[in-house]
Amino acid sequence: MASTHTGATARLMLSPAVALLLLWMAVPLAMTLWYSLHDYQLLMPRGNDFVGLENYVYFLTDPAFFQSLANTFALLAGVLAITVIGGVGLALLLDRPMHGQGIVRLLVVSPFFVMPTVSALVWKNMFMNPVNGLFAWIAQVFGMRAIDWLAEAPLLSLTLMVAWGWLPFATLILLTALQSLDAEQKEAAEMDGANAFARFIHITLPHLARAIAVVILIQTIFLLSLFAEILVTTNGGPGTQSTNLAYLVYSQTLLRFDVGSASAGGMVAVVLANILAIFLMRLVGKNLER
Amino acid sequence: MASIALKNVSKSFGGREVIASLDLQIERGELVVFVGPSGCGKSTLLRLIAGLEDVSSGQLLIDGRDATQLPPAWRGLSMVFQSYALYPHMSVRDNIAFPLKMARRDKETIERKVTEAARVLNLQDYLDRKPRELSGGQRQRVAIGRAIVREPVAFLFDEPLSNLDAALRVNMRMEIAELHRQLGATTIYVTHDQTEAMTLADRIVVLNAGRVEQIGPPLELYRRPATLFVAGFIGSPRMNLLGGAAASRYGAATIGIRPEHLSLSTSEGRWHGKVSLAEHLGSDTFVHVDVAGLGTIAARAAGDLDVRHGETLWLTPDESCLHRFDAQGRALAA
Ligand SMILES: Nc1ncnc2c1ncn2[C@@H]1O[C@H](COP(=O)(O)OP(=O)(O)O)[C@@H](O)[C@H]1O
Ligand SMILES: [Mg+2]
Repeated sequence: MASTHTGATARLMLSPAVALLLLWMAVPLAMTLWYSLHDYQLLMPRGNDFVGLENYVYFLTDPAFFQSLANTFALLAGVLAITVIGGVGLALLLDRPMHGQGIVRLLVVSPFFVMPTVSALVWKNMFMNPVNGLFAWIAQVFGMRAIDWLAEAPLLSLTLMVAWGWLPFATLILLTALQSLDAEQKEAAEMDGANAFARFIHITLPHLARAIAVVILIQTIFLLSLFAEILVTTNGGPGTQSTNLAYLVYSQTLLRFDVGSASAGGMVAVVLANILAIFLMRLVGKNLER
Repeated sequence: MASIALKNVSKSFGGREVIASLDLQIERGELVVFVGPSGCGKSTLLRLIAGLEDVSSGQLLIDGRDATQLPPAWRGLSMVFQSYALYPHMSVRDNIAFPLKMARRDKETIERKVTEAARVLNLQDYLDRKPRELSGGQRQRVAIGRAIVREPVAFLFDEPLSNLDAALRVNMRMEIAELHRQLGATTIYVTHDQTEAMTLADRIVVLNAGRVEQIGPPLELYRRPATLFVAGFIGSPRMNLLGGAAASRYGAATIGIRPEHLSLSTSEGRWHGKVSLAEHLGSDTFVHVDVAGLGTIAARAAGDLDVRHGETLWLTPDESCLHRFDAQGRALAA
């Protein structure tokens, strides 16, 4: 039969890609799982004994573990809130006809092209520095005490930097969604007596729901593994105040050369990411059905 | 119910005049149809009345009160859009209830009115569906339902049937006529289809390139077209328009004669030619005859007339039904 024949051909054609993907994902995952069950320390090359779940116990009982977990979600929630709300606001502004539309849109999008390490360093040294930073200068102009952002509010500072980098992405996606909204729907709502706010709540926001779900999903994937910004600014500190899960794994593997418990940490992160992913896929799936 | 008056209303988009200064009086309970070819400004005129566009100059009166500067929601008009503009994420019930919710009516009133509208429009079984789960005709009804629940002073329809197939269009046309009889509300209906205009209207406004060609009841437009444009636009099949010597004989630049005002003969008459096409519709036969020097002329004959392609026929116009137009396309007095 033609269909089974094409089905077989299709599978054959797909197989190199699938095999590569499988290799690419399954092998590192299996190796991580393997290492996580062994005592594997780079500083003590004494043979890698099987230790069962000991690495997991060690990682999960780390005093920094729960804080890093909380930090991971605090960062995620903070950045998502700023980018989604700010993105909707900016998209609404940019959707209005104005002079120099092309230039303005380009400017709004540009932060997305700045490398995370570069933008984090710029924020750290030029804005948040308590002596030379712009924020400190502004505080002084108003006669206030300069805040040492990275020391006094490390998590908030990181949230701001990361949100700045992701805001253009959210704005862009939401703007395209906004432009696909049927003008007659807005006019119908206007004639039905809906004021601007009611039109936003009842027409625009439901129309944007799908785009918002996509923004949340994509950003979550990247934000769970947030690392570069932390490394170049706070180093997870002061103490562990700005350590997230990814950074905790790093500080354990590189700073302690303990591959075994770092792998266990990696597995924990994978499990958490998957739990979150299930919820997100539900959310997005429900929205994509329409 | 309200009367609507346009006084010297005009509209330009960036210097290009789309509606030239226009006067129109629409009486209470009247069904007025704006008809004209695509791009002639029908939608723009309707949107001016709705308040979705601002007039460039002139005045709009609703029930004698100046409404030129009123925002759309305050004019008390309901509009049914060509695309229906249903809210896709809301159920049929919520779509119909939306104007009432916006007007902050209480729950019982909303429920009662939505149920009543659903009954009138035969939508009871679909109230919990989303618009995308409905057929074109049902969507159309939901859009009408949303328009009637707020009990507007007038209804505005913008080509409401153009997205439906031919059979459904005839049905919905009758339903809209029936609805207008029931509600007795002032209605403005926009279409490019002269059949729709003829069957629905109390009065027709024929528009051409942003100008009013003629205003009047359907039969008056049919019997006494004021311009060449109206003569050619109203009536199906079209009126035969002849220029040259045939027209100057009657002291006109162009003469028009409708197919039903030509008598046919196989032996004698004014003009003769070969039959190029005979459309047998059952009740009538429309015969297209190629007359040398005049072009193709359509004539109506009895349904049982047996003519074939290539036969020679003679045509004679009923001179009392002849329309005469001057060089500017204006009708000359009979
Ligand atoms: N917002 C607008 N900006 C510029 N030109 C417009 C706009 N809306 C309509 N027009 C022009 O006005 C003319 C009449 O349009 P419209 O009223 O939609 O015609 P109709 O409904 O009779 O087909 C068209 O030539 C159209 O291009
Ligand atoms: Mg139109």
